[in-house]
Amino acid sequence: MASFDDLKFQEFEVAADLLSANPNASTVSASSNNPAPIQGDFKLDLSEEEAGQEENSELLKGEKQIGGFWTFEYYQSFFNVDTMQVLDRIRGSVMPLPRRNFIKHHIRGNPDLYGPFWICATLVFSMAISGNLSTFLSNLGQPQYQYRPQFHRVTIAAVAVFVYAWLVPLCVWGFLTWRKGTEPQISSYSFLETVCVYGYSLFIYVPTSVLWMIPLNWLQWLLIVVATAISGSLLVITFWPIVRDDTKLTAFATVTAIVLLHGLLAVGCKIYFFQTVAAPAPSSPTVPPLTQNHMTLLTSLTKGH
Amino acid sequence: MAEVDDSNKPLFAGLSDVSISEDIPVEGEITVPVGPSSQDDAYSTLDEPVKETILRDLKAVGKKFVHVMYPRKSSALLRDWDLWGPLLLCVTLALMLQGGSADSKEDGGPQFAEVFVIIWFGSVVITLNSKLLGGTISFFQSLCVLGYCILPLTVAMIVCRLVLLGGSGTVSFIVRLVMVVASFSWSTFASTAFLADSQPANRKALVVYPIFLFYFVIGWMILTFSPSS
Repeated sequence: MASFDDLKFQEFEVAADLLSANPNASTVSASSNNPAPIQGDFKLDLSEEEAGQEENSELLKGEKQIGGFWTFEYYQSFFNVDTMQVLDRIRGSVMPLPRRNFIKHHIRGNPDLYGPFWICATLVFSMAISGNLSTFLSNLGQPQYQYRPQFHRVTIAAVAVFVYAWLVPLCVWGFLTWRKGTEPQISSYSFLETVCVYGYSLFIYVPTSVLWMIPLNWLQWLLIVVATAISGSLLVITFWPIVRDDTKLTAFATVTAIVLLHGLLAVGCKIYFFQTVAAPAPSSPTVPPLTQNHMTLLTSLTKGH
Repeated sequence: MAEVDDSNKPLFAGLSDVSISEDIPVEGEITVPVGPSSQDDAYSTLDEPVKETILRDLKAVGKKFVHVMYPRKSSALLRDWDLWGPLLLCVTLALMLQGGSADSKEDGGPQFAEVFVIIWFGSVVITLNSKLLGGTISFFQSLCVLGYCILPLTVAMIVCRLVLLGGSGTVSFIVRLVMVVASFSWSTFASTAFLADSQPANRKALVVYPIFLFYFVIGWMILTFSPSS
């Protein structure tokens, strides 16, 4: 289809411009792999509606696609990034500019799974640890409080973050692909690129979760608003060019749903992990003899303030 | 050499004229190279006393412990990898992290299974990560290195428990904090010294960061261990 070829050509020109502007950028994957639809075609687990005839012909005459999903090299192709590329993508996720589509500008046909996976892992532990510390700090002055590691929070945080970072992109990608199926002039991103955008957009929550330790309620809500605004705008800038060709209602509904889910994640995590309780912590009311030591620790710490 | 009979196929008829032993002297020695020296007489370890078998493995594990505590550029950890050491360390650490906050299952520290899963699953994930990024180290070698480098943290855990026996005031907390930070840095430094060489130069930081996160989480579990009767 003509529009597909146009898109491919444009992407290549933009890539060429950017490459000439930044000659030190790693160009192996951007130039050797064809743009995203080819990689998207070889996700064998989902149906290939966009596997138009152009992609197959590209494949037949172009370079050999990396082997099936049971080979190691297939997965190695998703980790084809350097340190500078990852850092550049993280920088791009923290400062979304209106004219810079994250996928076109930063990912450029080389989506990686390193960023999303390790950002999610970092987020899980930073939320659990900061939540634990904030509970400790907010209960500091109370004599019957005994410090608890609250390790079960790690499990809950892990489930929440990983489900969000993988299930929501799946739904978004499925929805966009379905819309594209009904209205062919809409292009869409591959599943990996969607996962990539969502993963990198979660990065801003890592320093936010560390800052949530400060036990000021208004500050925590302000941080939520700022972080959701930044990562939400990143997602909106990425997905708006795709959905704007759709009907107005669908476009707005999609974008609103994306931003809402993102905000919901932030608010949910804040409420669950960072309870600024004025009341005593919900630990057992019995006072075992060893809390004598904790009381001395607390009183000495409060004296030190 | 026996004469070739006429009953042989005519295909080989031309060969009947060749008599190797008369024309070309063939003599010499045939020696079979002995197998690798570390496999000394595999069949005879069946008869040795059990104490010798166990001691041999323990000595190998002990030698690797020394390599971890003084990380030089030696390849002993990589060449003769074994997983006994990591298993021993993991079980010790998980058992020692058990005694605390046992009264409340909800708010307590990590359970045995959680520690076990974090250590082994974390090691597997880090190994897969480094292999996917193009590392040349083998799977079990990397598991071996990551497991052995938990040794400083296990030592810190033992020291922390001893310190906690003497009371858990501010001083003990500071001592434990210093101990855990020092051993966590040691672990990260030791494992990076062994693993970083196998990575392409522009991806070293990508490989080192998960190792840092792994030992940080283990250090956090050790530091927040709070005993209760």
